[in-house]
Amino acid sequence: MTRFLKRGYLALVLLFLYVPIVVLIIQSFNAGVSRAKWEGFSLKWYIDLFRSPAIMNALYITLTIALLSALIATVLGTLAAIGIHAMQRRPQGLMMTLTNIPMTMPDIVTGISLMLLFIFTQVPRGYVTMLLAHITFNIPYVILSVMPKLKQMNRFSYEAALDLGATPGYALRRVILPAVMPGVVTGALLSFTLSLDDFTISYFTTSPLVQNLSTLIYSEARKGIKPTMNALSALMFVSLLVLLLAVNRRVSRTNEN
Amino acid sequence: MKKLATLLLSALLLLSALPALAQGGGVVNVFNWEDYINEDVIAMFEEETGIKVNYMRFTLNEDMMVQVRTSPGAFDVVFPSDYAIERMIAEDLLQPIDFAKVPNAENTLDWLKNPDYDPENRYSVPYMWGTVGILYDTTRVKGPVDSWGALFDEQYKGEVFMMDSPRDTLGVALKYLGYSVNSKNPQEIQAAANLLIGQKQKGIVKAYQVDETKDKMVAGEGILALVWSGDAQYAINLNPDLAYVVPREGSNVWVDGMVIPAQAKNPENAQAFIDFLCRPDIAQLNCEYIEYSSPNAGAIALMGEEYTTNENLNPSQETIDNCEFFHDNNDVKVLYDTFWGMVKNAK
Amino acid sequence: MNGRMAFPPWATALMLLALAAFVVLVVLSIRRNRGFRRTLFSFPYSLWIVVFTIIPLLLIGYYAFTDRMGQFTLDNFKTFWDSNFEMNKQLTQLGFDPAALGSARGTVNVDTLVYSLWMALACTLICLLIGYPAALFMADRNFRLGSTLVILFIIPMWMNFLLRTIAWMSLLEDNGLINTLLKALGLPKAQLMYNSQAVLLGMVYNYLPFMVFPIYNSLSKQDRRLTEASMDLGANPALTFLKVTMPLSLPGVVSGITMVFMPSVTTFFIPRVLGGGNTEMFGDLIERTFLSADNWNVGSALSLIMMVLILLSLSLLRKVDPEGEGGSMI
Repeated sequence: MTRFLKRGYLALVLLFLYVPIVVLIIQSFNAGVSRAKWEGFSLKWYIDLFRSPAIMNALYITLTIALLSALIATVLGTLAAIGIHAMQRRPQGLMMTLTNIPMTMPDIVTGISLMLLFIFTQVPRGYVTMLLAHITFNIPYVILSVMPKLKQMNRFSYEAALDLGATPGYALRRVILPAVMPGVVTGALLSFTLSLDDFTISYFTTSPLVQNLSTLIYSEARKGIKPTMNALSALMFVSLLVLLLAVNRRVSRTNEN
Repeated sequence: MKKLATLLLSALLLLSALPALAQGGGVVNVFNWEDYINEDVIAMFEEETGIKVNYMRFTLNEDMMVQVRTSPGAFDVVFPSDYAIERMIAEDLLQPIDFAKVPNAENTLDWLKNPDYDPENRYSVPYMWGTVGILYDTTRVKGPVDSWGALFDEQYKGEVFMMDSPRDTLGVALKYLGYSVNSKNPQEIQAAANLLIGQKQKGIVKAYQVDETKDKMVAGEGILALVWSGDAQYAINLNPDLAYVVPREGSNVWVDGMVIPAQAKNPENAQAFIDFLCRPDIAQLNCEYIEYSSPNAGAIALMGEEYTTNENLNPSQETIDNCEFFHDNNDVKVLYDTFWGMVKNAK
Repeated sequence: MNGRMAFPPWATALMLLALAAFVVLVVLSIRRNRGFRRTLFSFPYSLWIVVFTIIPLLLIGYYAFTDRMGQFTLDNFKTFWDSNFEMNKQLTQLGFDPAALGSARGTVNVDTLVYSLWMALACTLICLLIGYPAALFMADRNFRLGSTLVILFIIPMWMNFLLRTIAWMSLLEDNGLINTLLKALGLPKAQLMYNSQAVLLGMVYNYLPFMVFPIYNSLSKQDRRLTEASMDLGANPALTFLKVTMPLSLPGVVSGITMVFMPSVTTFFIPRVLGGGNTEMFGDLIERTFLSADNWNVGSALSLIMMVLILLSLSLLRKVDPEGEGGSMI
């Protein structure tokens, strides 16, 4: 009985999370524009989607920014974590506090402060500034996911490698990196997700010419969202779902073996 | 690690070079209102002139001005409203248009040729114009709607959409109270704000929004809405139960012009673009798509009776004379903003 | 505008000083350190922090403490306390007596802050009430689907947050799905949108996963033998939960609260879409002050106040979970 109740509760919470998404997907097949009336099945919005240069361009920008910012943030962040880990207590504390600042700062303040920086330095806002902003808010997440792995590592293995004649670069590649790899991957994935979903910071750091999906949706939302956007999110949702399920299956298979 | 870094750097360089490559030929950076052009027109312009159009959008004059100030050189043609043009001239943000390169500007209606906001007609060419009024659901209103009073009527509790824009909404309240939409008198502005606060506290207002309103009215989400005439026409076309009126107290008549920012990088292309939009057949395409009023005599002649008999698009001279243009109100802007904050946060 | 761009020399000097101090600090930390070469790895990041975190913050600080002409002033903070302050100043300049408007202190800014804090608190509480049991049931060892469910909680977060919020609109509208359903059942129409409750719903919807993860993490990491020992010693399940499971999950709860409360305070966009712009939250206020009202100085002061508040509440939470190891999202 309690088991049934527990499952029922979880089902309810998941229902709450998924109802809007299901509605959105159903609407993407609605032939009419109306949000409430069903006017027949149609793939019209999917065709429109691939024909819209604005959406395709925004998709390209979103994906490249997410990939690049995740990549750069992962490299910088991993190096930083290794460096910070090797520091003595006080500078380490300082660096960690500084790392925590962007994470605790409200998005809107981060966005505005970066906007002020770009305007002040007269760097025209656009693709590069948005990328810089995304790297900035991603690095701390990478550091925080790599740090625990470094702490779990044997403190002396790196120094042992050096004593045995390894160059610092070699020791880094062969000793440290393999040990922290899971943290690096988590950090990269997290960065990618955060960048994909960010709206507020992008909104303040880009120009109207370079729009990612979020800022595009924001300007569209003001006049009532077009069903093409529903089609896009349905597609993104399904592809993410497939990807996740595939990864999950692989993981469970390797576990069985 | 080194390889990775090289790869990364080259990828970054390539990506940042991409937009630059696209700008190899002639370009014109256009900054227009959301949903305010027939997209075919852009393609036609690109085909005829070989100039590539980078098209960007904004939703409020205030947002647009911040962009123009903070990203000088990013835009070649911008579409501000009357009072924003006045403001931008005052801030030296615009450059004079070389009208020899814009021969089609001659098509502009006479009464819009030397407007108050650009007295010598040096900086702007009108693009569209319209009025502010009430869009209402004829099947659900109780009695005729011909006064701003309808928006403040408790019969319509929870069914009125107002505009999320300080100047328009406070302007309407000012007009209803018998003042000018350009009032600089603090007591008048306060009275208007109090009217709006009362309206909100009585639960008459459903929401403050801008572009969402038209679709919501089509869907029957509200009975009355404060809208611009073109949005009204769009909604009426989709839902014949709706009607539009410019209330008898008078209202705001506005013009959106085309201007060239002082720091524009491609002024020649900008002039070509403006001239193209003033060509009667192109102006007609845009007017029929956007459904605001056209300032272009040539286009009006082409559209014929269908346009001239439509009261919403082509209001009588009497209605126009009863309306006022907005003027730049920079010295009292903080009053409008502060009172607007009170309206938005009234509980 | 030009006055706004040009920094007075003292501000530039201050920034250079901060930069110099930082470089000295980094160099010192390197010199004193045995792991000399490894600390160098963090150098690019240190530079990055200075350019993209510290200088921007100093800029906010600069604008918050100056007026439009770049002169030092505390007026922006007075404007936070009395939202009519700027207006009254302008009125006096125009030769109009502000007292004639009968204007007392304008409370818009403070009210908005209080309202935002209240909404964030309510949102955090609801998320905790819904999320804790969910995390508890998922972390149950006998429940094999636990890890799959965690993924199901993540997936909605990968959909764009704006679209997720807009999707709610089509459910809640007067002619939306819920009301259409009610109508079909012969029930009266309900006003579901354009109010604070709708905003709260949107917030809970968006932030709930941030509450569930950390709690789930700290619960599933717990040593199973502890609960078993408690049961063996005669405690019933309720007492075991109260005395063993719950206290041990506290770090997770703390980081869950942090991760929900922080973003909720500065929520923006949701009030506009689901609340119909009838109420503003502090994020909307900051945005409006910066963009529509075009007042960077007051906007910066508001941002600064926001940050200080968040840092304060963070340090309060740190006291409960001093190690800050309550499991992040990962």
